[in-house]
Amino acid sequence: MTTAPRPAHASHDLKGSPFARFVAATEIDTRLMGMAGALLLIWFGFHFYGVVFNGEGFFLTPRNLWNLSVQMCSIGVMATGMVLVIVTRNIDLSVGSLLGFIGMVMGLLQVEWLPPSMGLGHPAIWIITVAVGLSLGALIGTLNGVLIAYLAIPSFIVTLGGLMAWRGAAFLMANGRTISPVDTNFQLLGGGPYGSIGSTGSWIIGIIACAAVLYGLLAGRKNRQKHDFPQRPIWAEVFMGALGCALILGAVLVVDSYYWPKGIVKAYAEANNIIVPPEGLFISLGFAYPVLILVTVALLMTVLMTRTRFGRYVFAIGGNPEAAALSGINVRWMTVKIYALMGMLAGLSAVISSARLTSATNALGQTDELYVIAAAVIGGTSLAGGVGTIYGAVLGALVMESLRTGMVLIGFDTAVQNIVVGLVLIVAVYLDIIYRKRTK
Amino acid sequence: MNKGTPLVEMRDISIAFGGIKAVDHVSVDLHPGEVVGLLGHNGAGKSTLIKCLSGAYHADSGQILINGQAVSINSPRDARAQNIETIYQTLALADNLTAAQNLFLGRELVSSRGFLDESTMEAETRKIMGRLNPNFRKFNVPVSALSGGQRQSVAIARAVYFNAKILIMDEPTAALGPQETQMVSELIQELKAQGLGIFLIEHDIHNVMKLCDRASVMKNGQLVGTVDVNQVTDEDILSMIILGKKPAKAA
Ligand SMILES: Nc1ncnc2c1ncn2[C@@H]1O[C@H](COP(=O)(O)OP(=O)(O)OP(=O)(O)O)[C@@H](O)[C@H]1O
Ligand SMILES: [Mg+2]
Repeated sequence: MTTAPRPAHASHDLKGSPFARFVAATEIDTRLMGMAGALLLIWFGFHFYGVVFNGEGFFLTPRNLWNLSVQMCSIGVMATGMVLVIVTRNIDLSVGSLLGFIGMVMGLLQVEWLPPSMGLGHPAIWIITVAVGLSLGALIGTLNGVLIAYLAIPSFIVTLGGLMAWRGAAFLMANGRTISPVDTNFQLLGGGPYGSIGSTGSWIIGIIACAAVLYGLLAGRKNRQKHDFPQRPIWAEVFMGALGCALILGAVLVVDSYYWPKGIVKAYAEANNIIVPPEGLFISLGFAYPVLILVTVALLMTVLMTRTRFGRYVFAIGGNPEAAALSGINVRWMTVKIYALMGMLAGLSAVISSARLTSATNALGQTDELYVIAAAVIGGTSLAGGVGTIYGAVLGALVMESLRTGMVLIGFDTAVQNIVVGLVLIVAVYLDIIYRKRTK
Repeated sequence: MNKGTPLVEMRDISIAFGGIKAVDHVSVDLHPGEVVGLLGHNGAGKSTLIKCLSGAYHADSGQILINGQAVSINSPRDARAQNIETIYQTLALADNLTAAQNLFLGRELVSSRGFLDESTMEAETRKIMGRLNPNFRKFNVPVSALSGGQRQSVAIARAVYFNAKILIMDEPTAALGPQETQMVSELIQELKAQGLGIFLIEHDIHNVMKLCDRASVMKNGQLVGTVDVNQVTDEDILSMIILGKKPAKAA
């Protein structure tokens, strides 16, 4: 079932193979299972490649998984927006350059423009910077949307132009200089030891998330009862709840067992007059801020896409633009809003990636558009329009970033990485086509 | 029959695409509780004419009056606000959405917090489909998985659900089997008895004779004429369609 708007309930034909019955009872998206399988394959594949050829596996370690979680955020945030763009049968090739340009403007803002009047390290600098970054992204996105919707220039062309133009503009802003270091508060948004919420915070979030999962299942069940729709069998509800909680708590355990690097611990201990015990001081990083940003964005975008009129119209336009217009939907205005949202998310990704890099460089976000589109498409967003999910795109971003990180870890150079990523994209789309044919 | 202010009056409507005059100074009207057939060969301009009323097109010239008041219909939203519902020839369904999602498209029910009320919409859809097509079971699949007739019944349900006063049906039975066609005929008679005005585009002359009170015939974008169905024979109407002339006795 790849149609994004979930029907209010599905039927539970309890016939067929045990697997088919399992899928019917739990209503798990089989495509999601496929992606999870692919992800596990990639993770274990890289890990055991390391074990066999390097004597030690580096992939399935708290350190690497934590890094992976942070590195996927920039792509993940933009991929959620790209779903809307692709679902409505458009494309946005300009997000990488947009990210670079906005990153540069934000870099200049906090390094050269604001400090002279506000003073270096003023606590409002990061807030102003983020606000400017998001607004600028929304503004440029609006411009894209207007050109596409009202002047009827194909989105491919408008954003291909943007891909060139905004990268050039980023260069002109600072004549190719690297702007660094960015504001220290701003840096926290990129993760790192100080940009993480630590052990206690992570457990609190994990427990709240588990409670939310259980509440969601319960509320769904009540709602079905109210309308006399078929129920999931109890064992399936229990299974879904257990699976959800296990995944959440597993993630907490992983980030909880990655500790601050020794150097930073030492500096921290000295600054705070803490005596480091002989066995060392272990401070858990916990979830990094960018991860929390990504999760928040993904949740909000999921609500937007599945629970609001806006989301319904996005799917309707993708399914049949003419029918959408005949139903009174203002297709053009919707397109503008979608691109504005995409631009704003590119601004948010610019915040995350320049904060993580602690500087703005001219190459920031280069080729990101390809990773973002690949993440959305691998995550099940159909280029024919009308179909796509936010969680799929985030998972797609995780797959893409896992590939990239894994190849770096085992020492593939950029050329080989590019080849692999290119091939994976083509194969993934082909598998998707086969999948869709079989589930039709 | 034709007394009082018409429910709808389309006066002197013209619309051209490029050089083609798809509709050329056509006037038709419709009274409450009346079914007016729109007839003509393929490409005569029937769909284009009613799209000016449904808000899909904006006429180049001409006037639309509802209950005697001139109105301007610039979008499908405007038409819906005038209680005009349309079943398009192409059905205008979003293939990737379910029956309920299509039925409420553009008019979704939302909860007090502004979120889509999916279950109520589905329950309502089950109710109306139970009336129109009791055999319909496919509530949880995208309409792309439905048969032509099932799709058509979804489009009909959408037009009927929102308590239209004016109903436009562009070949509503084209994809339906005999039983379903019979049900649509009964539906039309029922709606008519409730006082709705219905424009019915229909090629089957027997259905026209059975369901319509009057018939307006178009040819090459122009109106050939409008006749009272019970004052003419089906041959008269056929010759109007084919020859483009009004029969002498009904003139
Ligand atoms: N959007 C459009 N652009 C250009 N020409 C159009 C458009 N819509 C309709 N036409 C032309 O207008 C004329 C009338 O078309 P219309 O669809 O109204 O015919 P119709 O009477 O509904 O025919 P049918 O019985 O086949 O449905 C045709 O010549 C058609 O090619
Ligand atoms: Mg037609």
